[in-house]
Amino acid sequence: MLVQLALYSDRFYMAAVGVYVFAMVLHGWEFARARTAAPEPAALLAGRDGSVSAEIGASGVGATVVGLRADGDAGHPAAASAVDGPPPPAQGAARSPAERMGRMGVSLVVLGAGLQLVSIVLRGVAAQRWPLGNMYEFISAITFAAVVTWLVVLKRGNGLRPVGVFVLFPVVVLQFLGGTVLYTQAAPVMPALQSYWLVVHVTTVSIASGLFFVPGIASILFLLRSSDRLPTALAAKVPSAEALDRLAYRVTIVAFPLYTFAVIAGAIWAEAAWGRFWGWDPKETVAFVAWVIYAAYLHARATAGWRSGGAAWVNVLGLAAVVFNLFFINLVVAGLHSYAGVN
Amino acid sequence: MVATETRPPEAPGRPAWTVLRNGWRALTSMRIALVLLFLLALGALPGALLPQRSLNQRLVDQYFADHPSLAPLLDRLGFFDVFAAPWFAAVYLLLMISLVGCVLPRALEHAKALRAAPVAVPRNLARLPHHAVATLDVPAEEATAAVRARLKGWRVAESPEGISAEKGYLREAGNLVFHLALIGLLVGFAGGKLFGYEGQVIVQADGGQFCNTGILGYDSFRAGLRVDGTGLDPFCIKVDDFTATYLPNGQAAAFAATVGYQSADDLAAGVQTWRPFPLAVNHPLRLDGERVYLQGHGYTPRFTVTFPDGQQRTGAIQWSPVDLTTMLSEGATKFQRPGVSDRKVSGLAITGLLAPTTSGGNVVTSVFPAPDDPQVAVDVLRGDLGLDDGRGQSIFSVDQGKVDSGALVKVARANLLPGESLRLDDGTVVRFDGVGQWVNLQVSHDPAELVMLVFAIALLGGLLCSLTVRRRRFWAKITPSGEGRAVVEIGGLARTDRAGYGEEFDRLRADLLARKDS
Repeated sequence: MLVQLALYSDRFYMAAVGVYVFAMVLHGWEFARARTAAPEPAALLAGRDGSVSAEIGASGVGATVVGLRADGDAGHPAAASAVDGPPPPAQGAARSPAERMGRMGVSLVVLGAGLQLVSIVLRGVAAQRWPLGNMYEFISAITFAAVVTWLVVLKRGNGLRPVGVFVLFPVVVLQFLGGTVLYTQAAPVMPALQSYWLVVHVTTVSIASGLFFVPGIASILFLLRSSDRLPTALAAKVPSAEALDRLAYRVTIVAFPLYTFAVIAGAIWAEAAWGRFWGWDPKETVAFVAWVIYAAYLHARATAGWRSGGAAWVNVLGLAAVVFNLFFINLVVAGLHSYAGVN
Repeated sequence: MVATETRPPEAPGRPAWTVLRNGWRALTSMRIALVLLFLLALGALPGALLPQRSLNQRLVDQYFADHPSLAPLLDRLGFFDVFAAPWFAAVYLLLMISLVGCVLPRALEHAKALRAAPVAVPRNLARLPHHAVATLDVPAEEATAAVRARLKGWRVAESPEGISAEKGYLREAGNLVFHLALIGLLVGFAGGKLFGYEGQVIVQADGGQFCNTGILGYDSFRAGLRVDGTGLDPFCIKVDDFTATYLPNGQAAAFAATVGYQSADDLAAGVQTWRPFPLAVNHPLRLDGERVYLQGHGYTPRFTVTFPDGQQRTGAIQWSPVDLTTMLSEGATKFQRPGVSDRKVSGLAITGLLAPTTSGGNVVTSVFPAPDDPQVAVDVLRGDLGLDDGRGQSIFSVDQGKVDSGALVKVARANLLPGESLRLDDGTVVRFDGVGQWVNLQVSHDPAELVMLVFAIALLGGLLCSLTVRRRRFWAKITPSGEGRAVVEIGGLARTDRAGYGEEFDRLRADLLARKDS
């Protein structure tokens, strides 16, 4: 019975990956076909400020609105002026084929996320434990978190949709690796992992890692966009640098406290399992490095001269540390955290 | 850290003072703090990439063997002890000074800001990022009262020009708490390292006892700088048995030891009974100040040696696991022949491998970690064990120098099942009696632990406040416009990087202006 469930879990995983691949193709189609990304910054900002006030205005409250502008944000003069750009496309307006592709892509991503969630739950039932005990399961959880984060970002302002292909690509690559070379059978975990702290620590750290993917990718796109090396035709399709920078910041400030909590929870667990709350185990060390890098990112955002370009580099560096911690430290370096389940 | 780059004009003064002052300003600037943060991250990396003495001496030795020219250079730079290296300490001390130099003035500033009244109403509210105006069908006094009532929870000041309000002081407070907690964590960590200790000891799981009376009782002991091993809290622990359960594929499913303990108070009161405790992984024994952990386990083969004169000696010394998945173990059980004065020729050592579940055959290896079908494959060595040389030697092996010099000679080799024995050329009989188990206990003492937890929670709380709370300002001008009507003009300004004042301002506008709009 349990073996059967594990099998179903694997099937759902494969189905989810397949759906994501298909969604990626659709997104890629949209990205390739989209002429420019002109409405994006406006749509993004409007999603935050403009559309809300527009709704209030339309719903008959009828206040005298004079000179509504975006929040004063000295570092981003362009962000404030971007609202003056074209309004977001009205609901129900005729959609181009590319846009239809993109919308279909998003629907497929939702479907894929649903399938993946079922896969994760079934895995937990089959193994009769929290489904975060080895590399395959970490990757499934992290990519799931990244996808859900992306969907939440899209819900907040769908002007970023064509960029979905850049989010889905690393997700699909990771899931492929997780499902093939890193795959592990559903099985109980070793005694050190049999603790409710596994639920707290590994879940939060996986979600935080998944969250960090989105700002990392946004920052890479930001750097490409703001450097002149990108071909003009391509650059025009990427959302504005301001929108990307803002996206990176907004997701990072959610991910960073969660990551901090995850590290603290890990320290509390380590105190019970290994006899000390912090011992500079390789995984702990790189977690500390990543934490310091993201702290530096937040500081860079508040420092003149570092605000945009420098900060984006720091964010990319942070994602590099997170990915390095997931792969290199789990698979190559011998440490207490060597629970990858891959021998 | 101070984000502003503006500096007061240079005052003429002594150059030394100028250098000091500029140095201090540079150190406490955000730019330098950023650089120090990067250095800290960069400096910590070798701690993850290179083997560390504090974690695994064996891997460090391996690295020296693999990289004979590079390793000594790295060693001189402290790369095998990164977190004890002077340069690492230099970076984090500088960062801490930078932190203190930035946070303390900011805390004073914030304390002042908390007492100060909100900023006066700007002349032109229409120039603010958020602005609205409406004419209400109520007298000015009523409109003012409505604004006043709506601004509950805001810090409000009224002047003839209008009403000023500010909210979100918790942001800076959270920011300061975060940084102060970080300093607390660093100090607490250092304190724990100074006054804490960690000791490892192997105890036979057949009623073996250990008492925390001094460093000598331990197999290894890592003392804090202020710990000299006197004044440890005395307590005793007795390990009655140990059970490991395994899955069919050999993966461990659970480790549990049944122990009894006598706390310092029990010992002082002369209590003779043992308090039972189920010691397990993730379930340490927490005493007053010390924690006892189950950290490892292994097997102890029992050998009985019957010497030609009929005297018997039994040895049961822990052997060390070499393969954790099958628990194949190796070790050396050493005997001195009783009643023989020349110990240089009469030493006996039984060394080799122990398979808890043997593969059988001539070459013994282990196929399963549980002691289901144990067998040993041993060499018996006779001669000078070197135990009287005054040098320490591993209990897990014989002195290889003695073997090389011919002082210790192999006299027999055999594979033995429990109960089987081996007769040496001089008539000595070596019998393998069976296998016992040992556990590795760790005793940890860290006086700063609870403080660290409190600081960690404060850090997280401060971080959440500083990232979610928005500092924002709000102004209202109420002007009577005759016939019991009033023009209400409101304006808002978010003082922080994170946007999102818009929605709240919209609610304010809806509440204040829309109700009696004309």
